[in-house]
Amino acid sequence: MSKFLKILAPAGAGAASVMTMAYVLADQFVVDVPAPARGLWVQPATAQETPTPEAVQTADAGDTAVVPMGVLGIGRPALPEEVAAWDIDVRPDGVGLPAGSGDVWTGEEVFVEKCAACHGDFGEAVGRWPVLAGGQGTLADEDPVKTIGSYWPYLSTVYDYVNRAMPFGEAQSLEPDEIYAITAYLLYVNDLVEDDFTLSNENFLEVDMPNADNFFMDDRAETEMPLFASADACMENCKESVEITMHASILDVTPQSQDDDAPEEEAAMEAASEETVVAEATVEEAVVEETPAEAALDPALVAAGEDAFRQCKSCHQVGEGAVNRTGPQLNGVVGRTVGSVEGFRYSRVFEEALEAGDVWSEDHLAAYLTDPRGAMPGTKMAFRGVRSPEEITALTAYLKSFSSE
Amino acid sequence: MSEIYKGIKPTRRNFLRGAAASGAALAGGTTMVNAEADPLITEKQPWSQYLGAGVDEAPYGMPSKFEAHVRRQDVPWLTADPISSINFTPLHELDGIITPNGLCFERHHGGVAEIAPQDYRLMINGLVDRELVFTMEDLMRFPRENHVYFLECAANTGMEWAGSQLNGCQFTHGMIHNVMYTGIPLKLLLAEAGVKTTGKWLLPEGADASGMTRSIPMEKAMDDCLVAFKMNGEALRAEQGYPVRLVVPGWEGNMWVKWLRRIEVGDQPWHHREETSKYTDLLSNGQARRFTWEMDAKSVITSPSPQKPITHGPGPMVLTGVAWSGRGTIPRVDVTLDGGITWNEARMSGPSLDKSMHRFYYDFNWDGKPLLLQSRAHDSTGYMQPTKDQLRSVRGENSIYHNNSIQTWAVDEQGVAENVEIS
Repeated sequence: MSKFLKILAPAGAGAASVMTMAYVLADQFVVDVPAPARGLWVQPATAQETPTPEAVQTADAGDTAVVPMGVLGIGRPALPEEVAAWDIDVRPDGVGLPAGSGDVWTGEEVFVEKCAACHGDFGEAVGRWPVLAGGQGTLADEDPVKTIGSYWPYLSTVYDYVNRAMPFGEAQSLEPDEIYAITAYLLYVNDLVEDDFTLSNENFLEVDMPNADNFFMDDRAETEMPLFASADACMENCKESVEITMHASILDVTPQSQDDDAPEEEAAMEAASEETVVAEATVEEAVVEETPAEAALDPALVAAGEDAFRQCKSCHQVGEGAVNRTGPQLNGVVGRTVGSVEGFRYSRVFEEALEAGDVWSEDHLAAYLTDPRGAMPGTKMAFRGVRSPEEITALTAYLKSFSSE
Repeated sequence: MSEIYKGIKPTRRNFLRGAAASGAALAGGTTMVNAEADPLITEKQPWSQYLGAGVDEAPYGMPSKFEAHVRRQDVPWLTADPISSINFTPLHELDGIITPNGLCFERHHGGVAEIAPQDYRLMINGLVDRELVFTMEDLMRFPRENHVYFLECAANTGMEWAGSQLNGCQFTHGMIHNVMYTGIPLKLLLAEAGVKTTGKWLLPEGADASGMTRSIPMEKAMDDCLVAFKMNGEALRAEQGYPVRLVVPGWEGNMWVKWLRRIEVGDQPWHHREETSKYTDLLSNGQARRFTWEMDAKSVITSPSPQKPITHGPGPMVLTGVAWSGRGTIPRVDVTLDGGITWNEARMSGPSLDKSMHRFYYDFNWDGKPLLLQSRAHDSTGYMQPTKDQLRSVRGENSIYHNNSIQTWAVDEQGVAENVEIS
């Protein structure tokens, strides 16, 4: 018996230790072993193609027990109203166009109210915003003008883009009838239809764009790659001489590089970032203590307001030399009569406010900045609103720092 | 600029050795033997005596304050406003091949969308067996992969078609970044929905204010596209499409739809605005190329460059730059110091990955005379980066996009570099 144990015990211990080692090692080296259903779909990274399976059976909505072969069963079915909410795209063959219609003159009204601030009354563009009309026949010129009429191959692109992305600042706010009307007007200012034209989903495909045939599929593989071949690389005596033909420094349009004045820039940037920190702290204090409006302007608050004003700068100017652009210049706006800047074409609600003698009190300004179209329905200002009361307080302080003189 | 102290403590042996070295060096360069000991060394410095910040100071670490000049920059006159606009990666300040997340250039058409991960939904609809909706949690349960890919805007270097305009590689070439993406192979998500045999095209759509859309052919979607949610290990930055974006390796950056909300499967391309009005290449005869998806091989020398002058004078120096191709890897880059009369092969350094940025160096001895620097990339398909004149002879000057031509920096005797064009 003892002899037996003398063999068995060490053997057992040895076996146990080997098995422990095996277990430990196996645990260390286990790679993520896929479950049987996943095995079909975990491909190595170098694989180029995965054949798409045909589902053995289609899972009905609500029948969660049935999962087609080769599928993980993650996610849930999309409901028809969800698909309808997001499936907004329109194709050149008309698929995706909703029912609706609009004529040229309705289009002009809508366009002037909602689009002209950036694109101009006739699509001629204001400032550097995109031009929408004209340019026909210029594509081979030194300075081609690419517009809807001169360049875009398909009208469906206009409908799709206006619907999903315009007006700039309030996308997806237009009704189908409005979009048909705007599109009809754009065709008109591009001399592609007469002024009695009505566009609808029913006659949409009858409109051909003049430049549709002037696009062709990328052919660089045939026309460029043979010309630009490593096999033709010259390494020595490749040219007789070289001379400089153009200098960028003469044009002088490059922003100041940070490196040139590195120490000064760093000091300025440090100071600026410290100011911002102080400004944020001060803004919080101001809200808590309810600083009276007549108090002298807090420089830290004004600095925070300047930071917040960046979201306004694409349309509004302040300071010396400020001019009207997409929006009126805002020198002296706080306390000023609404809609009173000379030379700016205001919307109707602003004209009415001017007549009524409304004033940009701080409360009125705050309400407008929070929700422009709620406070003044029909305003041309395509802006979603300022996010926080602290930002509005800062903006108001900043705007107050610019008098109308 | 601080003076450069070189030289060694004078002992007799060192003095002789130093004299020999200076003698030799004077022939080919300039080394200074210091007359006085450097106080930075002889005087105790505060950082060596006093304690620094503790581990609770910066839960999300930022670069040293001495690197505050390393940042994205924009060029205000390029666009009507900063919302539908672009800024530029500071290529001249970076090394290696990985672009740090905070320095990746931005290009938005409707500003940066702010989407909380719990509010995020991804829909697949159209010619599929099952139209589906996924949450972030759902997406985390799909198998995922890691790849390093460059993303280049097709309009990168577009301002330079008509001539040398912007004086710095950040501005001429900075619409590019290179990061590691973690994401789900798009083909797995499509398989989940079950693509019908009639499905030949995809329309990815963004949830941002521009509702970005592009048409993608099914072959590319099934090849190497990813639905990505991490860049360089952490969640996508908001500017790069948090929480989910599409990755379309080697193809125009605009196609990598950010804030991805929907993928529709269809049987024809949609010809939306960003593939008709924009991102088509107008040639000099008035006709335009469409669907110019692939980014051609390209390279640029990032130092010396206008924002990185040579400050150390003649002698040994390091020239460096980056190269990439949307069609493969970059096995070789050539560098010229004389405007293309003589070329030399540069030294590639770091991993060579398919459709990723590559890093090259050219180590040489500068004689202090003016230089005309160029780099020329070769990609793994046998394609060689063309000169500007070669490209213009095919495309004219109005194609806006896909300017992958060779870039020239002129360096003067003071080491100052400038963007030039040469004959």
